[in-house]
Amino acid sequence: MAIAKTIGIETEYGIVHRGTDEPNPITASSVVINAYLAAAGYRTDSRSDVVAWDFTDESPGADARGYAPTGSLAPEVETHLVNAVLTNGARYYVDHAHPELATPECGDALSVVRYDRAAELIAQESMAAANRLLPGEQEIILYKDNSDGKGNSYGCHENYLVDRSTPFARIIRHCTSHFITRQIYTGAGKVGAELPGQRTDEVPFQLTQRADFFEEEVGLETTLKRPIINTRDEPHADPRKYRRLHVIVGDANPSQVSTFLKVGTTALILALIEDDAFPREIEFAAPVASMRHVSHDLTLREALPLADGTTITALEVQWELFALARKWVEEKGTDLVGGPVADMVLQRWEHVLGALERDPMELADQLDWVAKYRLLDAYRERHGIDWNDARLRSMDIQYADMRPNKGLAWRIGLEQLVTDDEARRAMIEPPADTRAFFRGKCIEHFPDQVVAANWDSLVFDVGAKSLRRVPMMEPMRGTAAHMGTLFDECDSAVELLRRLGNQEPRIGDTHG
Amino acid sequence: MAEREQVRKPAPVERESETTETPAASERGEKIKADLDDLLDEIDEVLETNAEEFVKSYIQKGGQ
Repeated sequence: MAIAKTIGIETEYGIVHRGTDEPNPITASSVVINAYLAAAGYRTDSRSDVVAWDFTDESPGADARGYAPTGSLAPEVETHLVNAVLTNGARYYVDHAHPELATPECGDALSVVRYDRAAELIAQESMAAANRLLPGEQEIILYKDNSDGKGNSYGCHENYLVDRSTPFARIIRHCTSHFITRQIYTGAGKVGAELPGQRTDEVPFQLTQRADFFEEEVGLETTLKRPIINTRDEPHADPRKYRRLHVIVGDANPSQVSTFLKVGTTALILALIEDDAFPREIEFAAPVASMRHVSHDLTLREALPLADGTTITALEVQWELFALARKWVEEKGTDLVGGPVADMVLQRWEHVLGALERDPMELADQLDWVAKYRLLDAYRERHGIDWNDARLRSMDIQYADMRPNKGLAWRIGLEQLVTDDEARRAMIEPPADTRAFFRGKCIEHFPDQVVAANWDSLVFDVGAKSLRRVPMMEPMRGTAAHMGTLFDECDSAVELLRRLGNQEPRIGDTHG
Repeated sequence: MAEREQVRKPAPVERESETTETPAASERGEKIKADLDDLLDEIDEVLETNAEEFVKSYIQKGGQ
């Protein structure tokens, strides 16, 4: 049975440190995060530090850390490996030599866009704050992309709450066809290809940053031999009731429309999977190859082989999925898939598929790959250069430059679904409709007492002999509605914990 | 076959056909084009000065 879709995305930003002989991306990532925390008024003194991440519930191997920061910088710059929780419920940390921002849990696709835009603004403020601290000749720049064009990739992952009773085989079947074909609107665009033996003149431009990096159909890996369906099973919630689908195939999108469709359509498809609402399976004969072919085919018309011997195009698959999703919403309503936002998703989904069918260039103000292609192609024509000219690859990288005056994505006139005023509020305020509200508000009100946080728990130091751990195993509890006026009425964490203990469960108790 | 039938796109709903040819849509198209021309006119001031060097030096550690 379909359950309410809690959604979040995590983005690893590319990072460049200029003006230094020995740039170290791990150190530089710590510098930008610490600079932001200090500038935004988070506690960074030695006693309490910022609220740390609590690893007690993390599965070993799920988070491959273990490296120590190296290199030396000006003494006022904090370089220790940082792992912070923000008042908006987000997590901001160093992962695999990249600064990573994970949005708080969101209740719908538009909320995800709002918190992803907030993350972009946090990234921008982080760069500015770091560069104020660095010597004049140095500069740190962040990029919202997924590849350096030389075979190194880093991710933008999505997370969706799924009913545990849904057979995983069913998720694999239907998500695979969606992930292969949704690339036609989720791609951030890329000049050239990064497959061994593939020449740039064969793939001058492709739809996505990531497709070249997928080698398996299903698997646990995320850093090598990446699979289309990732099997990491770490729900960060009651494991008897929930699964978290960890999706690693997507691009990091500067375009809000691309992000909106990416998570909005996938949440709908997952609800259909939970309800077993597919009359047939679209089983690809060669999913990994089809993933690449869709990304490399700017005509969107390539016939992809299915296991039953027939063929299908990416657009045809998406029309079929759209029709099923619309039918499901007509029958079941939108309560579990984001309310009115689900109608917006369906409307935009239909509009975008129609435009992709007529002329993708109609979407130059909506989709990343179209905006990027159109700009680069116009530049190419104006200067009479080939697709392998370094200037075009340079513009490709610079599309994702996070500096507002330098990043081409910010200057190209992409449609915004959330205003920057809304996003600025979301840098501080958590979503009201998930447990991120409880996490964010505790950090805002009791920064001295919250000593550690995780997606599914908070640890308080209230001066007693031992620390108090508050589990939050229900992602849709601890909302503004559940908490009421409690935060305004409690002067201390002790009082908050006492009142939570005395009243009906508001946060995580599963028999509430 | 019923299965082939499902592959075809559903009948477009009315709001789709209404929005395709409205003046607002073509105005929007012109605005996108004007924005692109403006950006192309000023882009050389924004672009990295040595494209070849910049592309060569853009190296990231692999992540997830």
